[in-house]
Amino acid sequence: MKALRRTLTTCATALLLGPLSLSAHAGEATPMADNPVVEARLIAISEELRCLVCQNESLAGSRAELAEDLRREVRKLIQDGKSDTEIKDYLVARYGDFVLYRPPVKPTTWLLWFGPFALLAGAVAGLVAYLRRRASRVQPAHLSAADKASAEALLADTPPRPKDPA
Amino acid sequence: MKRFLIPLGLFLVLVVFLAIGLNRDPHEVPSPLVGKPAPAFSLEKLAEPGKTFSPADMQGQVWLLNVWASWCVSCRAEHPLLVAFSRQGGLPIVGLNYKEVRGDGGIDAKKLSPADEASLTRQRAGAWLSQHGDPYTLSVLDMDGRVGIDYGVYGVPETYLIDKKGVIRFKQIGPITPDALEKKILPLARQLAAES
Repeated sequence: MKALRRTLTTCATALLLGPLSLSAHAGEATPMADNPVVEARLIAISEELRCLVCQNESLAGSRAELAEDLRREVRKLIQDGKSDTEIKDYLVARYGDFVLYRPPVKPTTWLLWFGPFALLAGAVAGLVAYLRRRASRVQPAHLSAADKASAEALLADTPPRPKDPA
Repeated sequence: MKRFLIPLGLFLVLVVFLAIGLNRDPHEVPSPLVGKPAPAFSLEKLAEPGKTFSPADMQGQVWLLNVWASWCVSCRAEHPLLVAFSRQGGLPIVGLNYKEVRGDGGIDAKKLSPADEASLTRQRAGAWLSQHGDPYTLSVLDMDGRVGIDYGVYGVPETYLIDKKGVIRFKQIGPITPDALEKKILPLARQLAAES
């Protein structure tokens, strides 16, 4: 509860103070931010990453302080010439798969990735089995000779003859 | 009868999934660092300016690394427990003072020179420890939070239990509760102390 309150306070503070600090620093862009290629890659990568403080925000959109620190780290890694995969691995090694909005496919996430398809396949198989069973149930029943005779007798509106011993 | 049992069964499965899901704290992200060697660092000590500490100095001991800051409200909540625990002579606790100045929203750290930031950090952290008690064997200063990132810190306080070989064996996210100390940290620490 306390942890939650702490996080909420952080998020609220970040939201409240964000615009202020933005306007305060608008004129003083750091030399790092001068390179538009680096910035574009930073945004592309950090949109795929989750901010751990405000968990429903991406690293690109969050104003939480940790997000700011992590963006600085990612910017440095880009400038060091690291690939996108290497940068993501760097963050996963520290914060776990949870930082990725797109979880990797591995045995522990098979249920997550393939579960819905397995569920769909199961449902289709169930439906096919049910339809087949129903189709076989409504097939016309074969009448025995005796039944046919009694039906004909009923239709002819005459009292049925005693049944054949056969 | 069977017609009702199947949906009821499915509903119960759903209820179990929801019950587990809703009772988990989404802010407790399992750390990938548990079972891995504690990341190396070399940071200046709070009490001895100019002297550094690194986790390798604790080789051969079972110890706790506790991330704290004077602006952190939850740290204040867990602090009396740490102080009492250190008086009993439990485990050595190393404090990682995390972004003492930069983490405080009330200060514009960008306007401070590195030297000013260092002295302000020492002053604030020292004052806080003399006011609330100092449970730490020593504290180190992570002023820019770089070491915090290596340890996957995303909310202070966080505590790591590190074994004799320098491997992280447990991570407590958020304040240490008496329950977590008694039921998780201490039993594991005893077990780790017995390991060679």
